[in-house]
Amino acid sequence: MTQPRSFRYVGTRPIRQDGAEKVTGRANFGADLSFPGMLWGRVLRSPHAHAKVVSIDTSAASEIPGVKAIVTSADLPEQRPGGDPTDMYDLTRNILAREKVLYEGHPIAAVAATSREIADRAVAAIQVEYELLEPVLDLDRAIAPDAPILHAELRCAGSDPKPEGPTNVASRILIERGDVERAFADADVVIEREFTTPTVHQGYIEPFACVARTTEDGQSTLWCCTQGPFTVRSLCAALLRIETSKIKVIPSEIGGGFGGKTTVYQEPLALLLSRKSGRAVKMVMTRQEVFRATGPASASRIRVKLGAKRDGTLTAAEASLAYEAGAFKGSPVVAGAMAMFAMYDLPSVRIEGFDVVTNKPKVNAYRAPGAPMATFASESVVDELAASLEMDPIEFRLKNAVRQGSVAVYGPKLKAVGLVECLEALRDSEHYRTPLSENQGRGIACGFWFNGNMQSSAQIHVNEDGTATVVSGCPDIGGSRASLALMAAEELGIPVEQIRPIVADTETIGYNDGTGGSRVTYATGTAVIEAARDIVLQLRQRAAAFWDTQLENVGYEDGKAIPLGDAAENQQPLPLSTLARRAARMGGPIVGRSTWTARGNGPSFAAHLVDVEVDPETGRVEVLRYTAAQDAGKAIHPSYVEGQYQGGAVQGIGWALNEAYFYDAEGHLQNASFLDYRMPVASDLPMIDTIVVEVPNPNHPYGVRGVGETSIVPPLAAVANAVQAATGIRFVDLPMSPPAVLAAIDRTRG
Amino acid sequence: MHDTRYEAPRSIEEAVIMLSSGSVDDVRVLAGGTDLLVQMTSGGRSPSLIINLKHIPELTRIRFDDSGALYLGAAANAFTIGQNERIRQQFPGLHEAVGLIGSDQIQGRASVGGNLCNASPAADTIPSLLTSKAVCHIAGPGGATRTLPVSEFILGPGRNALQAGELLVELELPAPAAHSADAYQRLIPRSEMDIAVVGVSVRVTVDNTGTCTDASVALGAVAPTPILVPEAAAALVGTRLEPADLERAAAAASAACRPLDDKRGTAEYRRRVAGVLTKRVAAEAAERARGR
Repeated sequence: MTQPRSFRYVGTRPIRQDGAEKVTGRANFGADLSFPGMLWGRVLRSPHAHAKVVSIDTSAASEIPGVKAIVTSADLPEQRPGGDPTDMYDLTRNILAREKVLYEGHPIAAVAATSREIADRAVAAIQVEYELLEPVLDLDRAIAPDAPILHAELRCAGSDPKPEGPTNVASRILIERGDVERAFADADVVIEREFTTPTVHQGYIEPFACVARTTEDGQSTLWCCTQGPFTVRSLCAALLRIETSKIKVIPSEIGGGFGGKTTVYQEPLALLLSRKSGRAVKMVMTRQEVFRATGPASASRIRVKLGAKRDGTLTAAEASLAYEAGAFKGSPVVAGAMAMFAMYDLPSVRIEGFDVVTNKPKVNAYRAPGAPMATFASESVVDELAASLEMDPIEFRLKNAVRQGSVAVYGPKLKAVGLVECLEALRDSEHYRTPLSENQGRGIACGFWFNGNMQSSAQIHVNEDGTATVVSGCPDIGGSRASLALMAAEELGIPVEQIRPIVADTETIGYNDGTGGSRVTYATGTAVIEAARDIVLQLRQRAAAFWDTQLENVGYEDGKAIPLGDAAENQQPLPLSTLARRAARMGGPIVGRSTWTARGNGPSFAAHLVDVEVDPETGRVEVLRYTAAQDAGKAIHPSYVEGQYQGGAVQGIGWALNEAYFYDAEGHLQNASFLDYRMPVASDLPMIDTIVVEVPNPNHPYGVRGVGETSIVPPLAAVANAVQAATGIRFVDLPMSPPAVLAAIDRTRG
Repeated sequence: MHDTRYEAPRSIEEAVIMLSSGSVDDVRVLAGGTDLLVQMTSGGRSPSLIINLKHIPELTRIRFDDSGALYLGAAANAFTIGQNERIRQQFPGLHEAVGLIGSDQIQGRASVGGNLCNASPAADTIPSLLTSKAVCHIAGPGGATRTLPVSEFILGPGRNALQAGELLVELELPAPAAHSADAYQRLIPRSEMDIAVVGVSVRVTVDNTGTCTDASVALGAVAPTPILVPEAAAALVGTRLEPADLERAAAAASAACRPLDDKRGTAEYRRRVAGVLTKRVAAEAAERARGR
């Protein structure tokens, strides 16, 4: 693919098309839709973290006036185990518990009633008999020889020798390259540390919400907030065992997802209840339900060992990672293992990973799933290694940074990547040279994310007046509509204000994988560019027919078909608007389309620089200054690229400093609210400065890389490295909350 | 179906009659609603009658009498209090505490009276009310009135001394002595929108030589109720409020704590930080007092 020499629209910052609706409060989110005669669905959730379900009696609940339908796991067909990427056997058990409840908040039954209050009363009237079991609340307990077993049928995949008995370790993976023993022997300095990180939540502002409606012919429509309407459709169809064509999913505006809205929870229940009652059923989670029962990110324990030569060359890395999957297997430990050293040219590596089930909600994706915690560990040790060699932490990283042609730890030979440029930008920044005061420290860390590909399709409809509609199927969680419109404007040569980008429902556009993996601006963006080129070709063909000349005698520039060669002598350019107006006589409606399975979303690297001040008497850490540098390949709409850098940095700061699930000994979550689950608020933070590095991705027509996820990878270690610089203390356990920091300061003082 | 009735009386008498119509749990007053509505939506309370106090003139009034005592209507909102220059001058610590409640939007509704009646151990304004020796003016059935010091008004977490049918009308804060000032600080992991892990109010009075002649120290979030710590105050009186004197007060404050270990902070941490903040807040109050 070729690089356009310069851009007219790409790289500008037009107002986003969904902006006015959102700032005036008119945009429709998941909970905004209602129907006359609609029912409210509510869920009975387990009060216990681990118990056998002996019996469920819904008879009293069903007699309450106003109750129209009750569903339990008996209403969902059994599934076969072992599916990939989604194990439907596990998923159906997460939607409604069968043999056991596996976490506090695990759904057991759902009720639809004429009001929310009646539904709540009916939920309370359902009698469940439990046989309590000891909850497994952390990795230590989960792997202990006498640990209670969550799933009697679970055997550890990938373990050698083949396992015999049941276990809470769902799988073991191994990444090996080079002669690690020898490489460590060659090292002049070796540092080994063990780290832990807690369970954290994405903290999207909008709770899960949906409305399901089923008509007499069995056609269901589901309105919901989701990152993947097609995923919702296919999972619901499989769970209910009905045809895909029987379900239409209409995505609402979405109030944040960050990976958390890539699966289903109450959507299949709403469908079931609407199919059973024949009425529309609305379900809206409370914030407590979101915290207790939707997928957070894994807690982890990670051991890292790194060796380097006296000149700063890294020789070997070894790591062992254990990630909590929650109630069902499937933590992102593999991605964490593959990502944690991807910033460095490392000839010898051995990484072992374990996926461990515990009595907490099943984890779900959270922005660069698996990478932040693993990189917290690796980048902390890298920092310590640089310090022990008395090298500048940026120079040390530059010496080892991957470049074009490096073979990445996770396998491929890298094409052009921008890590060196990010590090150099920070090294040369005014921020890096600014002096610090007492109790202040500066930290740096790098990060990497693969970026996803998957399937995308797009259509562009040219309207009669020459304006256009860009139709895609990926919910807009980060400004993607604005970026898609800019790319269409660039190709069509018409102002971006004349383009209306929309997110269509599952019946209006071809299949699209969900919004995730930082893939939309890259993968769906490429589809939009190709759809626009499809239109340009059609316009040239129409002009060629009109001018009675060959296609090669028609060019296209600035929104006009241009006569070339012989045609240039006696023809005037034909603007798109003219061709659109005359469409009826020149070949009919103008529609461009493109569909593909993306393959080349280049990785995005970042380096973050942060200054903190630690109050030595209270342990409180204040973030004073922050600069995030990251490779965007090509920033289509720079404001939303910067926004991604800032948002990821802020979420990472929260993970580093104060966020954590807090359970009591029985496995009850104690802080299921934004008051006590302490995400940063705006006043906690300085301006997050950004540096947009642009090393074009050779696999995209404009050079785009995904940018949404890498930004959450460096901050955990960057903040920890800064706290280390301020206090002299290496923090290996997150969060670095005031009590933890003060206790560590006390220990060092003796 | 559970119905909740809403009333907005115009007078104390009317409000007291409504309050007398049911139990304390069944009839709740809305002095701002920033606690009540959260308790209702989280399922903690379902009163059958809510009485909005914002339309009773005495309840939202802020006035000073000739002696300089402040009378703070129990439902006066935090924003209005924050805008009151005389309160800022005379009770800078209370002014700080009120300014820390919630966000701008919350400030428009929240009240000091509500903060007091809600009786959270971590309430930001109660330590300041304690060190300012605030007195509660209470109206009861049949025109009865009584007064109670704030220190006797708070009985336990979420529990106050109001009987069925009683209404907190206003808070009286005596005029501070000359060369007297208070200060308030709290420790929260975030910078706002959080609940105090520890809150400390200190009021000191100094003489011409800079010697402390009177002091009061109160702590929040370190015991079942906000507490006065006379030992910490005694450590300050008679001294020139030098760092070593403040350290002694800090030690006394730490020793007085009976904190919980919970999601918001460990007991040990609360004890430590109560001392640290006592030292810092006493220094701040001393500087203000000397400047008067």
